[in-house]
Amino acid sequence: MFEATQINRKNLGREKISRFVLGGMTAILILPVILIMSTLIYKGAPVISFDFLFTNPTNGMTQGGIFPALLGTILLVIVALLASVPLGVAAAIYLSEYAPDNWFTRAINLAIINLAGVPSIVHALFGLGAFVIFFRFGTSILAASLTLAIMTLPVVIVATRESLQAVPMAFREACWNMGATRWQTIRRIVLPNAVTGILTGVILEVSRTAGETAPIMFTGAVFFLPFLPQGVFDQTMALSLHLFVVSTQVPEMPEAVPYGVALVLISLVLLMNSVSIALRMYLRGKKKW
Amino acid sequence: MNNKQTPAAGAASDFDRLNRDWYIDKAVQTLVFLGGISAIIFIIGIFVFISKEGLGFLVGDFSFKEFFFSQNWRPTSENKVTYGILALIAGTASVTGLAMLIAIPFSLGTAIFIAEFATGKTREFLKITVELLAAIPSVVWGFIGLAMMNPLIIDIFDVPVGLNVLNAGIILGLMAAPIMTSIAEDALKAVPDRYREAAEAMGATRWQVIYKVVLPAAKNGLLGAVLLGVGRGFGETMAVLMATGHAINIPTSVFDSVRALTATIAAELGETAVGSPHYKALFTIGISLFVITFVINLVADLVVRGVKKG
Amino acid sequence: MVNQGNIKLGVDKLSIHYGSEVALEGVSFDIREHEIFGIIGPANAGKTSFLKAINRMDVFNPDMKVGGSITFNGVDVSKVRNVYGLRRRIGVVFPLPVGLPLSVYDNVALAPRLAGQKDKAELNVIVERCLTRAALWDEVKDRLDSLGSMLSGGQQQRLTIARALSQEPELLMLDEFSIAVDPVTTMRIEDVLKELKNEMTIILVTNLVQQARRLADRTAFFLEGKCLDVADTEDLFTGEVSDQRTRDYVEGRFG
Repeated sequence: MFEATQINRKNLGREKISRFVLGGMTAILILPVILIMSTLIYKGAPVISFDFLFTNPTNGMTQGGIFPALLGTILLVIVALLASVPLGVAAAIYLSEYAPDNWFTRAINLAIINLAGVPSIVHALFGLGAFVIFFRFGTSILAASLTLAIMTLPVVIVATRESLQAVPMAFREACWNMGATRWQTIRRIVLPNAVTGILTGVILEVSRTAGETAPIMFTGAVFFLPFLPQGVFDQTMALSLHLFVVSTQVPEMPEAVPYGVALVLISLVLLMNSVSIALRMYLRGKKKW
Repeated sequence: MNNKQTPAAGAASDFDRLNRDWYIDKAVQTLVFLGGISAIIFIIGIFVFISKEGLGFLVGDFSFKEFFFSQNWRPTSENKVTYGILALIAGTASVTGLAMLIAIPFSLGTAIFIAEFATGKTREFLKITVELLAAIPSVVWGFIGLAMMNPLIIDIFDVPVGLNVLNAGIILGLMAAPIMTSIAEDALKAVPDRYREAAEAMGATRWQVIYKVVLPAAKNGLLGAVLLGVGRGFGETMAVLMATGHAINIPTSVFDSVRALTATIAAELGETAVGSPHYKALFTIGISLFVITFVINLVADLVVRGVKKG
Repeated sequence: MVNQGNIKLGVDKLSIHYGSEVALEGVSFDIREHEIFGIIGPANAGKTSFLKAINRMDVFNPDMKVGGSITFNGVDVSKVRNVYGLRRRIGVVFPLPVGLPLSVYDNVALAPRLAGQKDKAELNVIVERCLTRAALWDEVKDRLDSLGSMLSGGQQQRLTIARALSQEPELLMLDEFSIAVDPVTTMRIEDVLKELKNEMTIILVTNLVQQARRLADRTAFFLEGKCLDVADTEDLFTGEVSDQRTRDYVEGRFG
């Protein structure tokens, strides 16, 4: 009695087709990337070894390991975090707990969005003009890290702000009614319940910072350094820059080396992102209210 | 009856003292405010510093017409040094254009699939995959363009050079798509369920619901996603540097090598002397890039929030 | 016979506006020390706004404008510099139960700790006393470190009361506290309130007219933003009232 009418059948058919087409588009988007990853692993794996990761390069970078570059990236990330996390968390606390709903706050939010959208090479120019030249830090870890910090500040601010805003207003009001100051409320109730979310944002920032090349190219990272950096005013090697140079500017480079470097870099980045995602999923399970 | 009404014990000074907690609270308030305005300070600072370095060029050797409309970018020429960025603009535009041509339909399709068709574990898996894709660093994409797409293009299309608009366009498309997918998916999710339920109650199929109800309702957010993708395309540096080749000309086919604005700065800054006209010209390109992406981001933000410009 | 004691809270021509909306206007009366002062009236009469103005929670709402004056211990609350000090002396219980995402123990120990109390033994005493008075001790004494935010609604409401008591307030304000609590527990808390009035002053906002009759020494009737009557409670029910509507409300003819 309720057989599909002709129109119904046509519509259902259309739905099946659209589902198929859209699913296909999704697959097409993801497939090339899977292929690329496989190629990277296939061609880069032969080079990867304990030595590759932990010894110095030799023979004009065509042999040996990438340890200084790996170390350099870690150093840059740490210094950038030291600069951006306190600042970013403070900014997010302001936006979430204090900022009134007016044009000034909207301007701040606009500035954050724009900061995130500025091209990386423009950040590099800024780092050069401001930190290397104007503040006279010279090309150094400090200049490069500060450039990176400003570039990735939005990531920390947004992640922190969202975690803070996820804490229900009722908790704050209960504390205020008891005579707690805003800071006491933030310190005892709001921040502790936002820490995991903040951590997620920080890990995300780390992964972005580690992969950037342009901002550090002219502010403190170099391709070849005969010794490891001793302090923040020294230059350093970096994984991302290393990949750029070995794949474009070194003649007689064995094919596997750039693949190996790329593999290390992408593994690092994907690993950190996965940790961040896992943390977020863990958070969702641990409800405290 | 005794009508003595006096204020109760425990007078003013008892609780109205400015104690340590009060001062700490005020101090924190100031500190976080400083943190809050830091973003504004940095954005303004970026503009100030790059303008400062490029200023000399703008007032000195600069000829507006030549800079923006000449395709002769020859900063190191021995006879006549010219700073025309038209070819560079064409390079950026062609690569970004191709990238958007690829990325928009696919990211939209994927976003619709994830938001409207996929469920449970499939949806989780897809969302995580898209997120991981978006995390791949620019220099790795450039390497992929160089090492993998290059020989592929030479083979398949039988052209002499594989570093061209096509290479960079595909790479940039793959780079921008995950981010656009995320934002588009957010826009689709933001459409209230009752819209969908109302349409379904009238007998519409899933696709009809999407096509006639959800998409129009989300169009602001979707437009924002596209604009953001364009902004990223314009600003992308390393991938474009590595995949476009080095020829500075206006492309006539996708197989032509080109040079982008961002790549030019990256490629040449290391070889200029600080303060030289070439150095300042590069900073001027930087100012142009800043302004372009600023405007795109501004428009995207307004569009996403539903306030149409103009 | 009601005590003509000292004035704890003086209200003079109080008005409260939310933007252009008038929540309260022309309210004037005194609340005396050690009395239970009831406030009754239908919803949206301005009762909750009144409480918010007393402990200066109006600063968190930019639309809320308070006119006239409220004095606490003779001090105009709008002129107080250390608002937090003021709020510490005043405990509030709102109808929405809120268990903070801390252990039950820490929930009740929070106010004393903020006031500087660090001694564990002292805190134990305070926690037990407040939870007992809030009729919650027996149910939680074996799980003081469970999360306050995960208790049942009725338990969270009693936890809120315990927190308010832990401030050792001079003034305790309860806004329809029995909504989230079962009748038996309500009775137990009412008994506690009767004893507490020897230690503090209590404002009891309630929609249960009979509750006001049981507990309040004097009662005010709020209707549509005005205070129509303030009198000894019994008078509202059987004696003189200034406004017939008060008698109508009390006898259940509307509300």
